Amino acid sequence: MRSFLPAYALETPRDLAATLDRLAGEPGEWQPFAGGTDLMVLLEAGKLTHRRFLNIWGLRELLGIREDSDFVTLGALTTYTDILRWPKMQHEFPLLCRAARETGGIATQNRGTLGGNIANASPAADSPPALLAYDAELELVSARGPRWVPYRNFHSGYKKMDLRPDELIARIRLPRRAQGGKQYYRKVGTRKAQAISKVCFAGTAHIEHKRIVDIRIALASVAAFPFRAAKTEAVLRGCDLGEESIHAAQQELAREIAPIDDMRSSARYRLRIAQNLLEDFLTDCSAAH
Amino acid sequence: MPEARGKIRVTCTVNGKAMKFSAFPMERLLDVLREQIGLTGTKEGCGEGECGACSVLLDSKLVNSCLVPAAQVEGAEIRTIEGLATGEQLHAVQECFITHGGAQCGICTPGMILAAVNLLERNPQPAEADIREALAGNLCRCTGYTKIFESVVRACEARSGKS
Repeated sequence: MRSFLPAYALETPRDLAATLDRLAGEPGEWQPFAGGTDLMVLLEAGKLTHRRFLNIWGLRELLGIREDSDFVTLGALTTYTDILRWPKMQHEFPLLCRAARETGGIATQNRGTLGGNIANASPAADSPPALLAYDAELELVSARGPRWVPYRNFHSGYKKMDLRPDELIARIRLPRRAQGGKQYYRKVGTRKAQAISKVCFAGTAHIEHKRIVDIRIALASVAAFPFRAAKTEAVLRGCDLGEESIHAAQQELAREIAPIDDMRSSARYRLRIAQNLLEDFLTDCSAAH
Repeated sequence: MPEARGKIRVTCTVNGKAMKFSAFPMERLLDVLREQIGLTGTKEGCGEGECGACSVLLDSKLVNSCLVPAAQVEGAEIRTIEGLATGEQLHAVQECFITHGGAQCGICTPGMILAAVNLLERNPQPAEADIREALAGNLCRCTGYTKIFESVVRACEARSGKS
């Protein structure tokens, strides 16, 4: 059933300060509205329960990609298309490019934003596994000021996150240190474009003489939110790559994830695929050495 | 009954003409184009950003007009399928869809053509993989895609003088 349009407000504040004042003035009353690729779907389905939105699309303070020696920092309104067009992204952060390229189609990539993808908090979102594998940090701003939080601690349950009612995601920054080494991203879905994943996997690893010095593994669609598989990482860190360590990691991953049956896949299939992707990633790491 | 709020006035450009309309801020650009401006060439398929039938160009970017609220087109430049031809002269992509059988039932065609036109504007000499990627957000249930793909390949050739 379609929504009753007159019941919805979508107001356009003149700048970021005005947006934050509105959020602070009536806490919980207003929610940000960016590219609309998630919220408009809910509206059309009659499932958009929140009624009052602030149109932040085009807010200058939330646009643009900047770099310094330590970080590449993306404004929360960076679209998937912006990510793909930034010249150094493919070289430095290929997993984020893979995620951007496999999100929706061109039309969605032109409107969907990184901040929106994070705040929508879908367990099946495509960019979070890449952001988690790169140890991204989020800048949350409010009228009280900014704070930076590690993205890996941001989600805490289904659609639950460390974002207060007066706060907005302003920027996402990716550390440039040690992002080299082996990098892996795989989204398993029904087709390349327009699909929502059955399982999504991102990994980075630093290997020296077959020894796993450091490893980061992140998944989507196998738990209530996109997450870092810290226990599986711990099993692998310091081990030599090989059948034994791969098997032990697969066993740990099975304990660490909580896949469910839904319209897109089954828990059993998701578990098997997550373990297979882990093996594929680790085998790639072995092959590279 | 939920509390009712008013309409907003929006000014934008549609196919080169200045337009003013009133709409609820969350009203879909798709509905504004079809029901207020009378441009029914833009089709509604899924209404949830999956099929691409409602594709239009918004500030030269391909978008699904079912997912764009009226409040976000203030000051924007919009191009629809009706804005592609120059007088009686169809766009090369439109010509090739006719001559190479790129359209059957026609519901996906306006979006498919706009996706192709947008590709050629960004990349005048796309590789086959670029064409497939550019059309991947537009679904067709009739043609099996081969003739659509061929139509776009021919349009690229026509524009680069190969045909």
